[in-house]
Amino acid sequence: MDEIISLDYGSGGKKTARLIEKLILPRLDNPALRELGDGAIVDGGEKLVFSTDSFVVSPLFFPGGDIGKLSVCGTVNDLSMCGAEPKYLSCSFIIEEGFPFSELERIVESMAVQCEKAGVQIVTGDTKVVEKGRGDGIYINTAGIGVLRHPGLGPGNIRPGDKVLVSGFVGDHGTAVMLARNQMMQGEIASDCAALNGLTEAILSVAPGVRILRDPTRGGVATTLNEFVEGTALGIELEEARIPVRPQVQAACDMLGLDPLYCANEGKLLAVAAPEDADKVLAAMKNHELGTDAAIIGEVTERYPGKLTMRTAFGGSRVLQKLSGAQLPRIC
Amino acid sequence: MSNTGTQKLLAAIEALGDRPMNLMEVCGTHTMAIARSGLKSLLPGNIRLLSGPGCPVCVTPAEIIDGVLELAMEKNVIIASYGDMLRVPGSTPGDSLLRRRALGARVEIVYSPVDAVSLAKENPGREVVFLGVGFETTAPGTAAAVLTAQEEGVNNFSVLSMLKTVEPALRTLIAMEGFQVDGFLCPGHVGSIIGEAGFRFLPEEYGLPGVIAGFDPEEILLAVYHLAKQITEGHPRLENDYRRAVRPEGNPLAQAMLNRCFVPRRELWRGLGSIENSGLGLKEELAAFDAEKKFGLTAAPAANPTACRCGDVICGRLSPEACPLFSRRCTPEDPVGPCMVSSEGACAAAYKYRGI
Repeated sequence: MDEIISLDYGSGGKKTARLIEKLILPRLDNPALRELGDGAIVDGGEKLVFSTDSFVVSPLFFPGGDIGKLSVCGTVNDLSMCGAEPKYLSCSFIIEEGFPFSELERIVESMAVQCEKAGVQIVTGDTKVVEKGRGDGIYINTAGIGVLRHPGLGPGNIRPGDKVLVSGFVGDHGTAVMLARNQMMQGEIASDCAALNGLTEAILSVAPGVRILRDPTRGGVATTLNEFVEGTALGIELEEARIPVRPQVQAACDMLGLDPLYCANEGKLLAVAAPEDADKVLAAMKNHELGTDAAIIGEVTERYPGKLTMRTAFGGSRVLQKLSGAQLPRIC
Repeated sequence: MSNTGTQKLLAAIEALGDRPMNLMEVCGTHTMAIARSGLKSLLPGNIRLLSGPGCPVCVTPAEIIDGVLELAMEKNVIIASYGDMLRVPGSTPGDSLLRRRALGARVEIVYSPVDAVSLAKENPGREVVFLGVGFETTAPGTAAAVLTAQEEGVNNFSVLSMLKTVEPALRTLIAMEGFQVDGFLCPGHVGSIIGEAGFRFLPEEYGLPGVIAGFDPEEILLAVYHLAKQITEGHPRLENDYRRAVRPEGNPLAQAMLNRCFVPRRELWRGLGSIENSGLGLKEELAAFDAEKKFGLTAAPAANPTACRCGDVICGRLSPEACPLFSRRCTPEDPVGPCMVSSEGACAAAYKYRGI
């Protein structure tokens, strides 16, 4: 059967990884791209970090954000997770014929606000329009360049005994968008969409030895943490009771048959830090407005190599795999 | 750390001795709760929890999915479905509603059957076909949607009924050669409709213990304890551990609604084959809302064409790893049988926990 692009390929899980590894990487391979980080570190006058991301979201406006805010924050966050100071963004719009000017204005204004907050500039861009019915309102691509301030972050640094931290409540964005899409529980849950470069700078200035930072977007916390350890001799053990989940997010997920640990976040980061750094990192997070609900949620061990496991609130333990395809609401 | 109630129950279960016993849950929500809480990891080694055919999506056979996939490609048709149906494979490997949607079929995820009626009203020029999947729990909702459509004259709405009933499937399982289950965790949600009465046949006709269980991990553990106690004491009966929702006679209103809309019929189950009186077909007077009649669909009952051994796995006669398809042809990304289709089915769980 011919391979076609189904929605699963955009889920951020295994199929997305396969698409990158089997189709894209072999053709466009170079040392910078091969690392598959959130951004590429390339040679320049200084060390630069370069990243790109495309934004397709339905609905375009949702509680806590919109596609414009998302497109700036997403790329700023990818650069920040690499230890960079984000500087310049490019921006491409692909707009469907018939799209209202007023909505485009709202989107661009929202981008401007986020650029201001994050201290970045959009320095280049492009606009294309496709025929009615050939797009979903608007798609945005942004690419960004940042100056590398904190080199050496990466999963290869992770050691047994390291602590795993999250900067706040998980699953807000994915749940908020899912509810907005289905016009359910409107207004009770807002996306956490935010630019995280201030938070990463706060963390790295007090704990330059942090092993890795990553923003758990598509695929959620469970998928990102799996990526840290898969194929290695290390595993991560989470403590469910310590993972911050808003009660209304948990309730919405229970109703929709979803799992907050697999829902996207757009304003949270995961950090792995040496035991002696963990409290410093936690304090730095809690002192920042985007990290007040931060927590240490788990530890790196050698017990189950390559696996992410969790001690449940009930007292049992279970394995958390990477997201397999898109999360689909369950009947049972 | 688990709380004291949990600790006490675990201690009580251990105090019953180390007689090996297979307990089966036949409800997808139980399966999910057990997996999410890690309950299996806490139980003593002599107690094995098996996942029976309790996920209605997973037991929908490939032959019927094939018909749905074909119907989905018709220009005028919108398929309305619960989300987890989208990944269930037809008889061609990798073919599913998710794939058909990528090929241009219009497939909408709905959260209740009544939403599908609204979808039909919003799309008067098209035929909306709701995939009626589920056991006694979801059947009343499907019935309500059909009756609403009838009342409001929404003639472009129809239901493809794949609804099933629990009792005939359990009887088939019990009659299978090599059946090795010592007691059943009975589904509380189904119980709220059919009542305690719907499960009495287990002890009365087969001498098998049954406990109707709630859905919190601790409620499930309590039911496990009661089952283990019955088995140890050799006194099989039906116990109701979910009294706040399950009455002896069930929900007569919902039962009346089912009787008004459906008739029992022979139904095909993935992994179990064709079972007499295990399905709910729409009554003749509701033919206008019956997608099978409207589109001339014939669910050709054929034998499962693959080497899938889910039937054996479900009965507890075969471990998932012993199936020739396991982890080779059949994986969570590209499943063949129901035990792999469900993210917490026996095979998917075995796949996930390899090396632990």
